[in-house]
This record gives sequence, structure tokens and C-alpha cells, in this order.
Amino acid sequence: MTTKTEKLVIIGNGMAPGRMLEHLLEEAPGRYQVTIFNAEPRVNYDRIMLSPVLSGEKSYEQIVIHGDGWYETHGITLYKGHKVVAIDRIAKTVTSDHGVTEPYDKLVIATGSVPFIIPVPGKELPGVITYRDLDDVNAMLLAAQSRQKAIVIGGGLLGLEAAAGLAQRGMEVTVLHVMPTLMERQLDPAAGYLLQKAVEERGIKVICKANTKAILGNGKVEGVELDDGTVIPASLVVMAAGIRPNASLARDAGLATNRGIVVDAGMRTSDGDILAVGECAEVDGMVYGLVAPLYEMARIAASHLAGNSKSAFVHADTPTKLKVTGIDLYSLGDFADGDDREEIVLRDATAGVYKRVVLKDNRIIGTVLYGDTADGTWFNDLKKKRTDISAMRDTLIFGQAYQGGSPLDPAAAVAALPDDAEICGCNGVCKGKITATITARGLSSLDEVRAHTKASNSCGTCTGLVEQLMALTLGDRYNPKAVQPMCGCTDLGHDDVRRLIKAKALKSIPAVMQELEWKTSCGCAKCRPALNYYLVCDWPDEYADDYQSRFINERVHANIQKDGTYSVVPRMWGGMTSSKELRAIADVVDKFAIPAVKVTGGQRIDMLGIRKEDLPAVWADLGKAGFVSGQAYAKGLRTVKTCVGTDWCRFGTQDSTGLGIRIERFMWGSWTPAKLKMAVSGCPRNCAEATCKDVGVICVDSGYEIHFAGAAGLDIKGTEVLGLVKSEDEALLHIVALTQMYREQGRYLERIYKWAKRIGLDEIRRQIMEDTDKRQAYYERFVFSQKFAQVDPWSERVSGKDKHEFNPMAVIHKEAAE
Amino acid sequence: MNALSISMDAAWVLVGTIDDIPRQGSRRVHNGAMRIAVFRTADDRIFALEDKCPHKNGPLSAGIVHDGCVTCPLHNWVISLETGEAQGADEGRTSTFPVRIEGRNVYLDLMPTHAAR
Ligand code: SRM
Ligand SMILES: Cc1cc2nc3c(=O)[nH]c(=O)nc-3n(C[C@H](O)[C@H](O)[C@H](O)COP(=O)(O)OP(=O)(O)OC[C@H]3O[C@@H](n4cnc5c(N)ncnc54)[C@H](O)[C@@H]3O)c2cc1C
Ligand code: SF4
Ligand code: FES
Repeated sequence: MTTKTEKLVIIGNGMAPGRMLEHLLEEAPGRYQVTIFNAEPRVNYDRIMLSPVLSGEKSYEQIVIHGDGWYETHGITLYKGHKVVAIDRIAKTVTSDHGVTEPYDKLVIATGSVPFIIPVPGKELPGVITYRDLDDVNAMLLAAQSRQKAIVIGGGLLGLEAAAGLAQRGMEVTVLHVMPTLMERQLDPAAGYLLQKAVEERGIKVICKANTKAILGNGKVEGVELDDGTVIPASLVVMAAGIRPNASLARDAGLATNRGIVVDAGMRTSDGDILAVGECAEVDGMVYGLVAPLYEMARIAASHLAGNSKSAFVHADTPTKLKVTGIDLYSLGDFADGDDREEIVLRDATAGVYKRVVLKDNRIIGTVLYGDTADGTWFNDLKKKRTDISAMRDTLIFGQAYQGGSPLDPAAAVAALPDDAEICGCNGVCKGKITATITARGLSSLDEVRAHTKASNSCGTCTGLVEQLMALTLGDRYNPKAVQPMCGCTDLGHDDVRRLIKAKALKSIPAVMQELEWKTSCGCAKCRPALNYYLVCDWPDEYADDYQSRFINERVHANIQKDGTYSVVPRMWGGMTSSKELRAIADVVDKFAIPAVKVTGGQRIDMLGIRKEDLPAVWADLGKAGFVSGQAYAKGLRTVKTCVGTDWCRFGTQDSTGLGIRIERFMWGSWTPAKLKMAVSGCPRNCAEATCKDVGVICVDSGYEIHFAGAAGLDIKGTEVLGLVKSEDEALLHIVALTQMYREQGRYLERIYKWAKRIGLDEIRRQIMEDTDKRQAYYERFVFSQKFAQVDPWSERVSGKDKHEFNPMAVIHKEAAE
Repeated sequence: MNALSISMDAAWVLVGTIDDIPRQGSRRVHNGAMRIAVFRTADDRIFALEDKCPHKNGPLSAGIVHDGCVTCPLHNWVISLETGEAQGADEGRTSTFPVRIEGRNVYLDLMPTHAAR
């Protein structure tokens, strides 16, 4: 054991050092006291997944690799938003731009790459964005809100992912690529052509052989001019023309640099106490831009830091895949033409499939697959093992399924892979490791397999293979549905559907079903009401409510009873009523011979047993007395119960009745994921039972204690305290903001207490009590949606809306034949 | 509403037009004391069933129509519009009535194809 812990300082907190630390903590726990400086003001996240964040398929929270808690648990100091500006190799210290100086025993440089900005006039105009980190994505998302035109310079992996994301966000996108075909470094011209077609089918314009002459604009980007004089208008230009290893800091410190920071096979720079890993490192003349080799560097560096000086980095080809949903391509190794090479090509024009395998001395040296990439793993395996393919030459291109007898189904093909076949390219995980870990640790979910093996944990393209391996290893015990799908019509869960509705700006039920590939033609009684709610919530001004997707109660605005009659509950604001209201109810009951009148548990009056045909006439009479629907049937705001408060009660501390009425008048008509019930009690004696409601207020001398997440139905649960506010105005503001947060995030039929459990009480408190901007934004979105929601459905129907619902189509009078 | 008088032996009764029924919706026909629910699917097929769920007599006309079925509003049984059979694990059948379409007119035959069970 070392007596004194050594100081390890890391510059850059990207994917490579993050992985290195995981290895190091495992191999030599406690050996180092670790300090990290990160120019980005955040924790370590999966940079690869920025494209799904851009397109809306994932959120930032979902791509965080190490949350704040992780650093705390491991006693690691992370300086967020600190850029290291100097390394003093004599004093063995580094200094950040905020003036923090830290000494080191060992230093790791992991500064990644910087995007290459093509040197043209106008490159510094506002509106020119690179594509490297979360800030870039946020800038693009902001620009996309305008739904205007965007230009992406660069038709490589990054450029195409950016273009696809921006197009999905509603922008009109043009890709400018300087070479004759797209992704020419990974694809041959034939595959590049297919790719271009697929990209264009997504509504993205592609111009190849496009030389950018200048970016035009006065004070901000207005367009791009090409060499041939063409001018393309745009308000956003994304530079995705390549990356350069970020070696300047090392260069300034006098370390050996070439294209990147020169390191040996043990990741050591020319200074023995300084290592470099990631895209900034150059090993054996090579620099890398995909994570698989960087993770290998991370492993080697950790091993050296842990005291094992023997492990050495070896180069291996990494397959390239494009993360654009619906485009399948795979490229590996060397596929250039050459006299000493042969190739086997398969084209299936109707299916849009192209496969090419390049051979040298009867061994695979390169592969390009487009349209059907299932055999990529198998070809990679043959290549890595340098297998002589002479014997299967005739059928090689058809893939693994055709080798030896009858074609295999995909599961059998995975079963037939050897144990050392690489499944996850990014993390270099082979089949045997996955199956063995599943068995040894009794893993049963994809998340667990990701956590323990790292397979499918980076770019995610091998997820299908990993799932097949799980099915193979676990048999019947494997349940692929880690996410509970909304219903049998889709594999997507509620959260994914909600996110995609926003991201893809889907504004009708047919659009959702088309774009999200619903498996049934028009959904079912489970998904349609849910989708209808999500659309009402997300596009209050644009979406036309789909009547046929509502449950009968919300369609006819009354509660159906067991005999097919209906009950009618008018609002009595805050439980207050008057002789005039009571008289009107009495008259209606008499006039329509309503069989039952009952005081509900929600402080108002229910009239039960009304015939469907009579509903509009009943409402007409109630309306004349000023009644509106109590929405006792709605997945929406129901009741706000109150107690008598300061008006009468000797203990009352605030005007609980007044506040209850104010809340109900402000919030009535709003639709929510499930029903929403509230109450306001005038003192902690709590006569309005506010502490078992979805939202409750307990008035106290010092103000208003806001409660939420209670239940008193199928489950009984006391509320949680959201916080204390001083004034009635603030109470309303906080309650409305909380409700809007729930409206935007809740799954259909999920009561507030279940939602809160899922999201976390602290997170809700943070957003509503502490984050003033968020609270205000929620509040404003609620207010906006109320403009369209606060229409009394009863008076609408009295004036003739949905007449057909209440009248029979035909009445047949039977007459006996004479 | 279409008020109609027919004599007992008439086979086909005109009850209205397709346009009287909302897509993925239903309208009721009063046949004496009996209620018949006439459905129109998303792809404009028309079906007629007694408006009475085989479970506990729920009004099927008030259900949600999807994919050739209706989900009963009372306890969510799913009933096939074509056969009147309860789907899935539930057992029971409601009476169905033959429907004929001429132009946009909808005719019902008031003799059920089979009785409920
Ligand atoms: C009328 C009323 C009972 C009464 O006579 O007092 C009532 C009646 C029904 N309740 Fe209730 N509930 C009534 C107050 C309550 C309360 C008490 C309260 O609101 O303070 C609760 C417990 C509090 C809670 O919700 O946490 C309550 C918990 C439920 C539940 C369980 C909900 C849960 O998530 O646990 C259901 C079932 C459901 O919603 O799925 C339910 C469902 C129903 C339905 C809608 C059943 C149905 O689907 O047909 C009943 C409709 C009858 C009708 O036509 O009016 N009712 N129900 C009360 C109407 C209040 C109002 O004025 O709007
Ligand atoms: C949009 C996108 C999609 C991608 N898709 C894939 C893919 O599908 N497959 C794949 O294999 N790879 C992909 N990559 C590449 C992959 O993300 C990178 O190879 C990898 O993240 C590099 O890791 P790194 O640790 O070397 O550097 P980075 O992750 O870039 O981290 C470097 C960090 O160092 C910080 N830094 C720089 N200078 C300083 C300083 N002086 N002081 C303090 N901090 C500093 C930077 O702010 C940055 O946070 C993609 C990259 C992007 C941008
Ligand atoms: S408790 Fe509510 S749901 Fe149950 S029977 Fe009474 S009113 Fe109906
Ligand atoms: S009455 Fe139809 S499901 Fe119960």
C-alpha cells in the first residue's frame, strides 16, 4: 500500500477519461485523489447520443454517464466550467481560467477535439454553429424553433446526423458536401448514392461537390455562397467539416505533439508523469474519432496508472454506423480498389440493399453494407480472425445465414456466432462476455446488461443483437419489454410517445400513428384517449380534440350509470351555494322526474338517473341559473373543497373559502393526465381534508402551506409538502405551475402521487419552489392553454353541439300488418 | 331524427344515411322498446348490433369504436362489430342485424342474424 494518496489531475471530462476512471476505481481504488477540470459546465455525458437529443428521441438527462452523485461517492473533485489554460511541468501544477491551481503527481490530458471551421469570410457571424457539445445542440434547438432554413456544411457522419435532427425539428435543411458522394471516407460511391437518396427522402436537400465561398449576412447569418455563385438562404449554418485533435495546451507545455499529442503504447506523453487519452492523443501515428479505440486507450491508461506497465494499445478497425433512424449502414476497414484486391458485390435495387466485401488473399479486409447490416458482426469477426473464406466464397455475400445448409433465422444466426465475436463495437464487448455475465450475475434487463458489460451502452446500434443474446441465454425468463408499451398497438411507452409528439411536432392522432409506426390501423380504446390528451395538452391552440377518442363521459359531459342513464353534477364553486341555486336544482329535479339527488363527497350535488335524451334540456335549465359543468367525469380539474375559514370559523387563519373558489375559477376546464382534486383548509385542523388530495393547501398564520401527491381512493396516502408561500397570489402561482408540470409529464391515467413518485419529490420542489424561471414558464403555458379550455361544455351542447349524440337516428313504430 | 312507420313484414328498413353516423362512432335506432346501435368504422363499414353488452347490458353505442370492435363503456369488454362476439377471454355475444347500403342510405333487417347469449 502507498502511504500517501497520490494526486491525479485530469484535464477534460469527456468520454475517454470517464471510462478511464471507471477502470481505475476498480483496479486501484483509493490510490489517487482525483481532480477534474472540465471546460464544459457539466458532468460526463454520452457525446455520441447528442444526435438523438437533437432529434428529440432522447433527453439530456438520459445520456448522462456520471451524475453529480457519482463524483461525490468517489470523492472526486470536478471543476465544471473551468478551462485549463496552463500546465507548469516544473512545479507540477495546472491552472484554470478561473484562477484555480492544482498540483499533480500524475496528469492526464483528455481535451478531445475541436471542430474544424472552414476559413471562409463570415465564419464568425452569429448563427454559425459547430456540432460538438450540448451547448451546440441547445443553440440548434433554439434556431429550429423558428422553423426556417438551415445549411449543414459537411456530409459526413456528424453533418448528416445534424441534418436529420434539424429536419425532424421542422427546419428546411440543405447539406453541402465538398466531395462527389456522402461519407466518402466510410462508404464507396454506390453506398454513398443510396445514402443520398435516403437522406433526400427525408426532405433534406443534398448538394455534393459544393465548395463554400462565403457565409453571407449582415450582423447574422443570412445564407451561404458557393464557388459557382449559387446563393442559398439560411438563418443557421452548422459547421460539420471535420475535427482536429485538441493538442494546443500540450504543445504550449512543451510536450511532443504531431497531429495530436504523441503518446507511446502505454498512453504516456514525452513527460513520464503526463498521459493523454481520447481524441487528442496520437498513438503510432494514428488519431481516432470513434469511441471504441478511445475506450481501449482508457483501459490502458488506467492500467498504467494502477501500476501495471505492461499493457499496450493495439490498433483495431472500428465499424462506422450512422445514427439516423431508418438508415442502416455499416462500414469497416479498407475498401479502396486495388490490383491485389477482389470484391464481391450484391445489389438488390427494389429492397435498397447494397453489400460489398473487399478481399485480399482470400481474407476480408473491408466491408460496406447498406440497407441490410445484420451480417456486419459476422463479417467483422471473419476479418478480425483473418479467416480464409475460399470455401464459402460463393455464398459469402449472402451472409452468415446461408453458410452450411438451410438459411438461419436471426436468432439462430446469433446463436451460431462464436463466443469471441464482437457484439458491441464501441465498447469492444464480445458475445461470450455478455452471455457469461448474464448467467453469473443473474441479469434480466437490458439496463442491467448495459451496466455490467457496457455492451449497447454507447451508440446503441447493437441493442438488437444484445437483446437476442439475452433471449438466447435467459429463454422464457427474458422479458424484452423493459419499457411498458402504451398498449398492444405500439412498442413505445408513454414517455417516449410524449417526447416524440413534441419533438416531431405531431398534431393529430393519425400523424402520431403514422410517424410512430402504430401496429394497428386506428389504435384502440387504451391508446386513443391517451394520445388525445397528450395532443390537447401539447398543442392547446392547434389541436382539434378528437371526440371519438374520448370515453363516453367526456363525450357527453355526464357520468354514465350502470343502467345507461347519466348523472349530472354542476359546479358549486368551493362548495358554496345559494338559495337561488338550490331552487333551480329542485325545479330541474321535478321537471325531469330525476329519481335521485345526492350530496357528493366533493361538496356539491349530484342528480342521478337522467335519460341521455334529456341531458341538453336539463343543462339548459341549469345554465339559466348560472351553473356550469362540474366536470365530475373529467380527467381534469374536479373539485376544490374548502372549509369556512376566516369568514366564520374561530380558528381560521386565512380566507380558505375565498382561495378555494379562486383556484377553482382559475383552473376549471383544464384537462390533466388523470383526475385532479384539490382542497383548502383554513387551519391545521384541516376540515377540508386537504392532506389527502392531489393538491391541498393548509392555511397557517405565516401563509399558505402547499401540499401535493396525496390520495384517498384505491390507495391512501397523506400529502407531501411542496413549500410555504406568503400570499394568496403566490399560492395560486405555485399550484398552477405544479399542475402544468404534471400535465406535461404525467402518463395518461397516472394520478399526481404516482407521477411524483416517478419524477422524485425533490425534483418537483426544485422546479416549482426554487427555479423561478421554470415556475413562471409553467404558469404561462397553463394560462395559455386555459384560453381554449375554459368553455362550458354544457352550454355548447345546449346550443346544438354534438346533437347526434343525444337524439336517436331513427324511431321505428311497429304496426301490425292488417 | 328519422321517424319511420313500417309494416311487420317489410324486410329492409331505411334508418338514415351513412352521414348521420360519425366515423368511429355510433347512433341509436329505437325499435319499439329495443335499442339498436348502428356503427360506422374508420373505413366506413356499417354494422348494427343490439345496444346491449352481453356482460351487464351496457350501451355499446356509447363505447369507443376501433378496428372493427367496440369497447363497452361500463367495464371495457371488447365486442366484435361483425359477429357480436366478446373478444379475448370474455364470453358472450350480442345480437347483430344485417345491414344493406344503397348509395349513402343505410337499411337494416330487423330480424337478428342470431340471438344474444
Ligand atoms: C359522486 C361521487 C360519490 C358520492 O356520491 O359522493 C363519486 C362517484 C364516482 N366515483 Fe369517486 N366519487 C366521488 C368522490 C370521490 C372521492 C372523494 C373526494 O373527491 O373527496 C374519492 C377519493 C379521493 C380520491 O380521488 O383520491 C373518490 C375516488 C374514486 C376513485 C378512486 C380513484 C383513485 O385513483 O384511487 C374512482 C375510480 C377511478 O377514478 O378510476 C372513482 C370513481 C367514481 C365514479 C366516477 C365511478 C365511475 O367510473 O362511474 C363514480 C361516478 C358516479 C356518478 O355518476 O357520479 N372515485 N371519489 C363523488 C363525486 C365527487 C364530486 O363531486 O365530483
Ligand atoms: C454528435 C456526435 C456524434 C458522434 N457519434 C459517434 C458514434 O456514433 N460513434 C462513435 O464511436 N463516436 C461518435 N462520436 C465521437 C465521440 O463522441 C468522440 O470520439 C468522443 O466523445 C471523444 O472523447 P474524448 O474524451 O476524447 O473527448 P470529448 O468527449 O470531446 O471530451 C473533451 C472534453 O474536454 C474539455 N476540454 C477541452 N479543452 C479543455 C481544457 N483546456 N480544460 C478543461 N477541459 C477541456 C471539453 O470541453 C470536452 O468536454 C460522435 C461525436 C459527436 C460530437
Ligand atoms: S365508492 Fe365510488 S365508485 Fe364505488 S360504488 Fe361508490 S360511487 Fe361508485
Ligand atoms: S356491461 Fe359491457 S362490459 Fe360490463
